[in-house]
Amino acid sequence: MSALRINGARVLHAYTWLLIAWLILPIGVMILFGFNDPSGRYNQTWQGFTLKWYRDVFALDALTDALVVSLLIAVLTALIAGALGTGIGYALGRFRFRGSGGLNLLMFAAISSPELVMGSSLLSMFVSVGISPGVTTITIAHVMFSVSFVAIVVRARVMTLDRSLEEAAADLGASGWTTFWKVIFPIILPAVMSGVMLAFALSIDDFVITNFTAGTTQTFPLWIWGATRVGLPPQVNVMGTMIFAAGVLFAVIANLRSRSKKG
Amino acid sequence: MDRVKRTLAPYLLVLPGGLWLLLFFAVPMATMLSLSLQEGDIVNGFVFTGHWQNYTESLADYQTQLIRSLVYGAVTSIVLIALSFPVAYWIAFYGGKRKATYLFLIMLPFFVSFVLRTISWRMLLTDDGVLFHPLKEAGLLPDDFQVLGTSTAVVAGLVYSFLPFMVLPIYVALERIDPRVVEAARDLYASPMTSFRKVVFPLALPGVFAGVLMTFVPASSDYVNSELLGSSETTMIGQVIQAKFLQNSDYPSASALSFTLMAVLLIGVFTYARALGTEDVMKVAAR
Repeated sequence: MSALRINGARVLHAYTWLLIAWLILPIGVMILFGFNDPSGRYNQTWQGFTLKWYRDVFALDALTDALVVSLLIAVLTALIAGALGTGIGYALGRFRFRGSGGLNLLMFAAISSPELVMGSSLLSMFVSVGISPGVTTITIAHVMFSVSFVAIVVRARVMTLDRSLEEAAADLGASGWTTFWKVIFPIILPAVMSGVMLAFALSIDDFVITNFTAGTTQTFPLWIWGATRVGLPPQVNVMGTMIFAAGVLFAVIANLRSRSKKG
Repeated sequence: MDRVKRTLAPYLLVLPGGLWLLLFFAVPMATMLSLSLQEGDIVNGFVFTGHWQNYTESLADYQTQLIRSLVYGAVTSIVLIALSFPVAYWIAFYGGKRKATYLFLIMLPFFVSFVLRTISWRMLLTDDGVLFHPLKEAGLLPDDFQVLGTSTAVVAGLVYSFLPFMVLPIYVALERIDPRVVEAARDLYASPMTSFRKVVFPLALPGVFAGVLMTFVPASSDYVNSELLGSSETTMIGQVIQAKFLQNSDYPSASALSFTLMAVLLIGVFTYARALGTEDVMKVAAR
């Protein structure tokens, strides 16, 4: 009986790795073909190893511009959504107030609505009002869909805060403002930072909502989408690999740091 | 004075973000609803009529694609439950100290752009690609074997795209189960199968629900996978809406379709929530 259980666990273990392998397979393909030396326009079959795409990674101006636009929008989104989301998250976690239920519902709706519908409704509004789409409209849209995620991350941390810290600061004569910046904010800062990073990641990866709000502006995912039919240059794989590596490195460092603080 | 500040504080904190959501989430939805009740074209402008004919006409034209999308979405979610549950179960109960590492590996695809991932998939699935070419050479597959362009390819792509969204919520639900509850079931002579069926699975249901919520909605409204992996036989409603909005500028009927999709998905989600009748669902979903 117990042998059977252990075997079951082994099968599940093997299955877990199989699934992980399946998840990683397309990523491996992306990385591998950044080193490929294709003869024609299509980078689809393996022809030979080269590093030239890493040397010439910024050789395609339009692609480089698209990547820069993506980074710019992601930074703006992270900052704006970080600030607005922290405000909402702190208020929801710390105070009881009229209208908080409605706000929660609004956030839940913004998180669970299909991206397609949010993107198309934003386009409807921009068209009706006569705003021409571009970097501004993309940023507006990205802040809209990522602000709730920041708020939820911050709220979760604020809810576990020890109220006596605040009282202690008040007893020592600190004003509400001082208490927030000197006592509360340093404690919730890691949560704020994860919210900011989440907003950055959501923004730089977004395709659907961007597709509707971009007009003729090109972001990294939009450029790739447009270039699919004519064949993707290996530079796309290199940039994808670089973003992947940076993201993984960042996550690992953040994880190690939070562990060493706990330990 | 201080009391006034106290009562005002939450409102001041919430105001900018709340306004942003109202202006750029709620107002656009209302605009789109109004647009769906208008008539006209991009050159001569649109006029509000209040008629529902955009809905009836576009539904009559595209009901096949709408139903197909819902079916793909449902199949995707079901396949995802089957694929994800064992993994979430193993990580939650046998992951030990390395739980975080396994979850991180499951989330790795998030570090690659969605479009780029799907394109990588297409490279793997092409007829003479890295996966099938060797198999065909070896005679293990017939020469005319083809996956790309079929509904299998589209659903497989959707499953791949949203897998982490199913594993994570199920894992969260399983992780919260007190091992002593399972032990108690065993002590009361429940077989492993029975204790799983009567104890573990019901406790994991909120996670499964959250997973369905997080996968069914994006999967059935997706157009990237069906565009890149499918064919004209697998056109999904998202492709229709996207083309109407961005290529044909046929805003009224595109709005009507978009709104219909949203309504159908919302009704589906709420019926499902009521059927399961669990408060926990929203809590898990909000995590």
